[in-house]
Amino acid sequence: MASGSPPSAQPASSGHPYPPGEYPIVIVGSGPGALQASYFLSRLGIEHAVISGDAGAGGMFRKWPFFQRLLSWTKPYAPPERDSREFERWDWNSLLALEPEWRGIATEFMDGTSDFPSRPLMQANLEAFAERTGVAVRYGCRWESTRHEDTPDGERFVLVTSDGEYRCRFPIFAVGVAEPYSPATPGIELAVHYADTRDAETYAGKRLFIIGKQNSGFELATGLLQWASRISLSSPSPAKTSIETRSLVGVRARYVQPFEDSILGGGVDILSASTKGIRKLESGAFEVQLERSDNAMPMTVEADEVIAATGFVCPLRDLPALGVATFGQSKLPAQTEFWESASVPGIYFAGTITQGSAGLKKHGIPSNSGALHGYRYNARVLVRELARRHFGIQPERPTIDVGDLRDHLLAEATRAPELWHQKAYLASVVSLDPDEGVRDEGILPLTHFLDAGGGDAVAMTIESDGASIYPVVYVRRGGRQEEHALDPDPLHDFEGLPYRRALGQILDRLTAGAASTAA
Amino acid sequence: MATRDEIADAIAGMAIFVDLARPQLIGVASRFEEAFFPKDARVLRQGLTGSGFYVILDGEADVVADGQKLATLARGDFFGEVSVLLGEPPTADIVATRPMRCIVLGGPDVEGFLVDHPRVMFRMLQASARRLRNANRRLTASQ
Repeated sequence: MASGSPPSAQPASSGHPYPPGEYPIVIVGSGPGALQASYFLSRLGIEHAVISGDAGAGGMFRKWPFFQRLLSWTKPYAPPERDSREFERWDWNSLLALEPEWRGIATEFMDGTSDFPSRPLMQANLEAFAERTGVAVRYGCRWESTRHEDTPDGERFVLVTSDGEYRCRFPIFAVGVAEPYSPATPGIELAVHYADTRDAETYAGKRLFIIGKQNSGFELATGLLQWASRISLSSPSPAKTSIETRSLVGVRARYVQPFEDSILGGGVDILSASTKGIRKLESGAFEVQLERSDNAMPMTVEADEVIAATGFVCPLRDLPALGVATFGQSKLPAQTEFWESASVPGIYFAGTITQGSAGLKKHGIPSNSGALHGYRYNARVLVRELARRHFGIQPERPTIDVGDLRDHLLAEATRAPELWHQKAYLASVVSLDPDEGVRDEGILPLTHFLDAGGGDAVAMTIESDGASIYPVVYVRRGGRQEEHALDPDPLHDFEGLPYRRALGQILDRLTAGAASTAA
Repeated sequence: MATRDEIADAIAGMAIFVDLARPQLIGVASRFEEAFFPKDARVLRQGLTGSGFYVILDGEADVVADGQKLATLARGDFFGEVSVLLGEPPTADIVATRPMRCIVLGGPDVEGFLVDHPRVMFRMLQASARRLRNANRRLTASQ
């Protein structure tokens, strides 16, 4: 990222910016993914518009989570300085900024009651970022449909909105995974979706049946433990916690209490069963018909309320009809490693929707692209690639003295927030060219490094196999690739002598003829 | 493609899942994840650790080792199991030759899944035996 580039002249965040018309890029959305992409585009001076049907910044954080406290932490007193890159490892909730004064904004909104900020404070954090950094959004402008046109000036996407038509070469959809989804189970209309959950006290004394054992189901169960008379949660597969999966997949530790209540017989039932139907009884209660996963036997549960915590899908409107391939229960758009539609070139994505670019998922562990602390980096890499590919803006590639290469890579492994938050997904890349010398290529998708080919280079990642966290060095030499996993360290410090020695030996084969990098 | 029911429909009748009743197919659909690969995408990479077990729902892929095409895989075929079972990196690339949808199970979850579904394990063993026999035949024919 060319950090010295001046911001483009964008309309102020107040008023009603970006009238319908033609822009090189149009971002749809005003959640953190959209704000982050707009911020970096502005800093590179790339003209664009940002439109959103919402009334203000924040996206899903304007409404959810229902019980008003997030799953993502910010630790204001972590060791690094708050305006440093390293601090981002301890701050999952701030958007990224080049200016030191706009870094770590979330810390200002932590009230000391928890390292997980409340939803209103998260919203305030995002609104503050937009205001301070000058990210402007045309609010109340609802994207309604899309078409593709061939014009004398080239291909254009036309976004039809409630305010008129926007033409652009590259739309970036940052619309989240925010449309409530309910399965086609008979009687599902008798259930209330998570998105429509009422105030907690209205469930006092009720028997609740929650369909779904993801975080949203356990969030409701946790919040309603003190109100409901009995809570049953059910889905076909056993629930796993994030501690078991060692990733954000699984029920987060904050929501473990219902597990304990279940194990101790405390009025919570955690069932592994498919919901086959729901019917209303004469008493006014509901009968939930289940099929047990262990023996396929039927069973029923009577409940006063049924809540479908069955997730959300991407509100892609007519993009699938335009050819955008989707997959999975969330109907995520299939994407390239640079978050471009895998089936319709020119359409890009930002925000939580970028989990549709799955990466390697080594050892079955996904990236954190579904969360702010993952996709904020995706947005920066996306903008850098858009700038390079379509706007002739080449990224900075600082030179590195060959004698410093080993220490540079080990420092990245130990401290780079991009590698820690996007394990086995984003890599810190260095190229070695006989003419150009050693160049820092910055943070790139690991799959791009592995599949795009090119000259000799090294990529450093942080990875997890579900048991340990450790650095992995990928070396490309003479067109061939090697993978070298380094040992884990109990304190995650990879800058000590054993690592210097191990990496030095790997690099020496690559830098033969140059100064030795071994200890 | 998306819901568990749709995935269960898609895998019903595939050789590896042929012994499973509907509730078990739903269980498979909820344990695996769906993945999409555009044409030319590398799904597995020769020599790279951490792979998973894949079953093709739709599309085609080539098996390529050291630049040499060895086989073509299509709907109902599966791959990645050798690498997962042996705990070794794949010995070949799997490259989508047209857009491909799969269901995927991460490597660490494969053992538990197979133990829970012995009929799937049997069908996998049967397919492996068939591949071994065919490889032997090719070897014999080339001598």
